[in-house]
Amino acid sequence: MTNSFADYLNTDLFFVIGSNPTEAHPMAGAKIMSSLMNGTKLIVADPRRIELADKADIFLQLRPGTDIPLLNGLMHIIIKENLHDQKFIEERTEGIEDLKAAVEKFTPARVSEMTGVPENLLYDAARLYATTSKAMLCYTLGITEHICGVDNVMSVANLAMLTGHLGREGTGVNPQRGQNNVQGACDMGALPGDYPGYQKVVNPEVQAKFEKAWGVKLSNQPGLTIPDMMDAAVEGKLKAMYILGEDPVLTDPDANHIKKALQSMDFVVVQELFMSETAKFADVILPGASFTEKDGTFTSSERRVQRVRKAIEPIGDTRPDWWIVCEVAKRMGYPMAYAHPEEIFNELASLTPSYGGITYDRIEHCGLQWPCPTVDHPGTPILHTKAFARGKGLFKAIDHTPPAEMPDEEYPYLLSTGRILYHYNVTTRYSSALDAHRPEEAAMIHPADAVMLGVGTGDTVQVTSRRGSVKTKVAVTDKVQSGMIWMSFHYRETPTNELTVNAFDPISKTGEYKVAAVRIEKTSPM
Amino acid sequence: MPNVTLTVDGTQVTVPKGTTVVEAAWKAGAFVPTLCHDPELSKPGACRICVVEVKGARNLVASCVTEAVEGMEVQTSTPAVIEARKTILELMLDNHPEDCLTCHQAGDCKLQDYAYFYNVKPGAFGGESHQYELEDDNLFIVRNMNKCILCGKCLRACEEKQGRAVIDFAYRGFKTKVTTALDQPLADSVCVSCGSCVAVCPTGALTEKAMLGKARKWEIEKIRTTCPFCGVGCNLDLNVKGGKILGATSNPASPTNGRDLCVKGRFGIDYVHSPKRLTKPLIKKNGAFVESSWDEALDLVATKLGEIKNKFGSDAIAALSSARCTNEDNYVMQKFVRAGIGTNNVDHCART
Repeated sequence: MTNSFADYLNTDLFFVIGSNPTEAHPMAGAKIMSSLMNGTKLIVADPRRIELADKADIFLQLRPGTDIPLLNGLMHIIIKENLHDQKFIEERTEGIEDLKAAVEKFTPARVSEMTGVPENLLYDAARLYATTSKAMLCYTLGITEHICGVDNVMSVANLAMLTGHLGREGTGVNPQRGQNNVQGACDMGALPGDYPGYQKVVNPEVQAKFEKAWGVKLSNQPGLTIPDMMDAAVEGKLKAMYILGEDPVLTDPDANHIKKALQSMDFVVVQELFMSETAKFADVILPGASFTEKDGTFTSSERRVQRVRKAIEPIGDTRPDWWIVCEVAKRMGYPMAYAHPEEIFNELASLTPSYGGITYDRIEHCGLQWPCPTVDHPGTPILHTKAFARGKGLFKAIDHTPPAEMPDEEYPYLLSTGRILYHYNVTTRYSSALDAHRPEEAAMIHPADAVMLGVGTGDTVQVTSRRGSVKTKVAVTDKVQSGMIWMSFHYRETPTNELTVNAFDPISKTGEYKVAAVRIEKTSPM
Repeated sequence: MPNVTLTVDGTQVTVPKGTTVVEAAWKAGAFVPTLCHDPELSKPGACRICVVEVKGARNLVASCVTEAVEGMEVQTSTPAVIEARKTILELMLDNHPEDCLTCHQAGDCKLQDYAYFYNVKPGAFGGESHQYELEDDNLFIVRNMNKCILCGKCLRACEEKQGRAVIDFAYRGFKTKVTTALDQPLADSVCVSCGSCVAVCPTGALTEKAMLGKARKWEIEKIRTTCPFCGVGCNLDLNVKGGKILGATSNPASPTNGRDLCVKGRFGIDYVHSPKRLTKPLIKKNGAFVESSWDEALDLVATKLGEIKNKFGSDAIAALSSARCTNEDNYVMQKFVRAGIGTNNVDHCART
């Protein structure tokens, strides 16, 4: 996020696109909901009539996979009506002419046809966003989980730069991150091309720095992303995998492909809390300690590094994850010995410039938001106040990319997926109250489709894509558009990702979880 | 912002203009009880327990809704003030279960504290008392409306902090009660079980179901940590007794979320103690998992990875690190993969 959650209370307008914060990021959602009670305005763009849509001043119910036409269409109107921030564009950005040329053809009439959003709402949204001084964009995986996810993100950034809604209080581009420490895992270099702090493995100076620190020769070849790893495993090139705290069989797209990859390898180690769907494929399972049984830090969406504290001893014969990994390393001839996670933190902070000024002492009470390069630096609640990382913000000319797979005669329904309030990916199924409250999938289908399929709420259907077939109960609701089915991915009994498409953004390698073609048939109860 | 100076029980205190009398009094070190007042919520001035004497005022004033002004002379514990507070407490206790022995909130209950402080006992009036059924209909929150003192903090937290307004006052007079729309059970309402109402309740009217009967308040050790259920980064307190986590409560000092949480953070941490936790290393032998020692499992992993590295090269091995684990875990994992194995094949679910 460029700005902070506290800043949610300072804005005059939220533009929430591809994000369902009241379920997936409930305390962010609560801040938005309470702001609305104080008169803050809200634009929501989402294929589903999510809870915030009912509270919105303007609701743009676009067709799945048409985010770029929508955003380009809004920018078209803003430019035509001269509502862009000329001063910001001149001082802080470059490439405006490219952007103008790219959005020229996205006329309101054409965009309305592509997205299904009425023209008058396009005008209303464009004018409101452009003319509200403190307007904040929030997005989540509805933007990124497409084969054009990177282009979607750049379109969001284009819109914010065009209107000067960046680098100030109450503005910004604010992706709420899905996992509790996805920000931190990225920051720590759990990425194939990056050392900690996004220092590139292809940069010889960076390589030399880490070789010196770690006392060993390092590879300058970027590694494989998860989808590439799975493909390499199926092709027989990747022989072994060590999986820490992830359940790709349940949560990665095209689950049958993932299973095949795991079966193809010579050796799979899974380090887990529970016998996950992925752990079943392991040769060795190492039982990790949960976050309540170890010390450490998480980094939140707003780049806030905060303490995780050990409250109880590890359950049974479990061990902290860092300890287990160090033990394997030691036994492979690369000793990594730390007495306490604080020692690890001090080492990583010494090698990660944005964490350089952070210590356990400093984050004892309120955490610190990176960049925090020195011990006297107060942290950074708002990014890009004076300049962007590259200096001037670069507008990118972006055209529409349709989803990889759209409904057709054989698979006439569009499947979109996501998270529900009562579950977080996997662990919550082991919470007795949460699981008792929402024990099974309730796939959302439109009343008109329910009539066609001859089903009502609580009935069971078979959902089939080109890749797999799963059974699920349905909930009939007009929160989804007709022709669409929406499912969560929390339930091993209904493994939704056996249906999702094995298609990825070419740059980010993020899967297109939000669009796949399926057929639906009524079937016997589960 | 301009300041104002006033005296509280003879002590001069200077506060920013706009400060309430109660906040000024606290700053001056005076004891003023409050029940309906909450620094983060709107101020109804409803319970009147905070009354003080202000020189020149016709009546006792509710200090939580009275602005401190220049030259004001405040007395916080005159006989009239004490008598008023005692009467308010007597009225509340007259319609309150005498249940402190078994009440979950004992030890962390403002009503109990003030009754103790002012030596107020139940039964002063012998009036009518409510006999509401215990509301135990949902999985997360138990409501005992007999213990409700109608301070309204729950409904203000619901509206002002969570933006929902699921509950409000219903009925009139003695029958006034905090209910959902049409007085339906919470489970049948639009309540999302965030528990912000529980967090602000000053008595035992609202409690976390899973913690009920598990520990006295003073037996609980609270360990502050960061929630593991999404990227917002809420802080919460793990409530620990005897090496077991009983549940989670919110901590007002949390930078992002204050006393508010969602249903997962407040009520979902029990997964840690699930009997389904893996507790021993497991090695697959003839298609079935067999328990092993740590040494055996770790040696096997190191040996197998070493063999594959020697035979096929470092790039034949990959690792998935975890967006659910700590920064320290992730740092160690990528360091092991890069420096220990010799490949950059390390990724995590940021992209999937």
